[in-house]
Amino acid sequence: MAPTTARPRRTSRFPYLLVLPAVLLLAAFVVAPGCYALVLSLQRSKVNGGLLGGGTHTVFAGLANYRDVLGDTQLRSGVVRMLALGAVTVPGTVLLALLFAVLLDLEHTRLRRVTRLAIFLPYAVPGVIASLMWGFLYLPATSPIGGDRVDFFGQVAVYFSVSNVVVWGAVGFNMIVIYTALRALPPELTESARLDGATERQIVLRIKVPLVMPAVVMCTLFSVLAALQVFNEPNTLKPLSNAVSSTWVPLMQIYDQAFGNSDIHSAAATSVVLAAAALVLSFLTARIIQSRVQREAE
Amino acid sequence: MTATESRAAAAARAVVTGGRPGRTPAPAPRGPRRRVALLPTAALVVGALYCVVPTLWILVAATKSRTELFSTSTYVPSLGLGLVRNVRDLSDYQGGIFWRWMLNSFLYAAVGGALASFVSAACGYALAKYAFRGRTVLFHTILAGVLLPQIVLAVPQYLLLSKVGLTDSLIGVLLPQLFNPYGIYLCRIYARAAVPDSLLEAGRIDGAGEGRLFFSVGLRLMGPGLVTVFLLQFIAIWNNFLLPYVMLTSDDKFPLTVGLYSLLRHGAAEASLYSLVITGTLLSVLPVIALFLSLQRFWRIDLVTGALK
Repeated sequence: MAPTTARPRRTSRFPYLLVLPAVLLLAAFVVAPGCYALVLSLQRSKVNGGLLGGGTHTVFAGLANYRDVLGDTQLRSGVVRMLALGAVTVPGTVLLALLFAVLLDLEHTRLRRVTRLAIFLPYAVPGVIASLMWGFLYLPATSPIGGDRVDFFGQVAVYFSVSNVVVWGAVGFNMIVIYTALRALPPELTESARLDGATERQIVLRIKVPLVMPAVVMCTLFSVLAALQVFNEPNTLKPLSNAVSSTWVPLMQIYDQAFGNSDIHSAAATSVVLAAAALVLSFLTARIIQSRVQREAE
Repeated sequence: MTATESRAAAAARAVVTGGRPGRTPAPAPRGPRRRVALLPTAALVVGALYCVVPTLWILVAATKSRTELFSTSTYVPSLGLGLVRNVRDLSDYQGGIFWRWMLNSFLYAAVGGALASFVSAACGYALAKYAFRGRTVLFHTILAGVLLPQIVLAVPQYLLLSKVGLTDSLIGVLLPQLFNPYGIYLCRIYARAAVPDSLLEAGRIDGAGEGRLFFSVGLRLMGPGLVTVFLLQFIAIWNNFLLPYVMLTSDDKFPLTVGLYSLLRHGAAEASLYSLVITGTLLSVLPVIALFLSLQRFWRIDLVTGALK
């Protein structure tokens, strides 16, 4: 696409100059931390014996940390909790966003501008702040939504309480993404379907939704990525309730290992495992939904 | 539900066959002159209420004094000077540190957003407009970067930066957030779509240097897309919690998210701080909503998916 040959020589250095900042940042804040975490994960600190001061020194530990991480039941239940939350938040966010987007796109819906804006606004509210707001709505002492009768931090309810905060914050952004895709569809498509006698519901389900699938896929991928790094919501609700432990989801456990226990080697090993798993999982998600969309398009 | 909808659909058909949508409302079977799809509108209103109610409740709760918060009926705002007193209390808390947090949040988000957009624009433009060695590798690395949840890197980033003594500094919070693979990906799309090769060639023939072409042609034509990349990153930094939470220890460098969280953690011990947390939550939501409403004109969210036509 871009011309390759027959370029004056002075231009040939320019693209490298342009990508240099990004490459340096990538090296310094993605590759280097990754490598350093790898190194740390292969080490362990040992307490010095002897009379000349306590202190610790670092020894090579091989894969021992990884063995511990993979055998760690606490981490395993954290992963299960993360998956359980994702099972609610990903479909919840995407389906609600799709529903609102479709409703906004209907011809005779009223109050479109106001409702669109209201549903979008939580996007600008940080997860921590959102969790604070919902936390006080859940808290029995202050709850206006029946927190004194319903236990929002019950064993099962807490998953929905946390998920609710996530969905609340994410649905508007995804709705706008899908809505914009809907608006971009050529109007002739739906008009001719109407002329052929298709009902509004058929038009939505058979024409509009399949055509905006790429946008829905994008939203699903973003939601999966968000689900993998869930941290803010449970971490903020933790001081309000005993239902959330300090190792409730994997990222909380990493934080706890690094700062609660000052065990950076375990924290590094857990980080490496989580990052690798997240990369594989999001890559697979991208692949699966992409191939499904292609199949449907054929 | 089905009956309503099919009736709506039938009416919709009638309208459409009568002409282009919205122009000639055919005689509506019922209701006033313009037809309203009741059920969809009602569903959207419910959705809007769901999204607004927590903020409204915070507004009500922020009007209550410490004792009222736990004793009065939860829906009714307190009509006294509760809000004023709460704001004053919050401003007095540790010498007005709350406003410092607010300023920090804006600073991190604005500076970080601007720098990240520039880095993304330069990289995306190069990927789109030049063929150079390593381009494909770099592009695939960046795509992989999109798929790697950035927050997972926060603790490793902390470990590395603490090794070189850069934690608890502005650099430690800002720099890691300047690399935005999704922004680069978007900028590559914008550059491809908005910057014609022929224009660049014409500039070259006129003797313009590559640098000048990038700044005066490339950046300008990518403008609307860059605003989108900026706002996305602004919000991402504004909303970020884990990175500043691990990096920062001195509370005068905290952004709002970390500051209010630390306040809440103290509040768990003494419930009197709850009203401060609630007031702080309200005050932190309002400016960003105002900012959003005022920036709405520039915010082309259709560019978020990179779907350019």
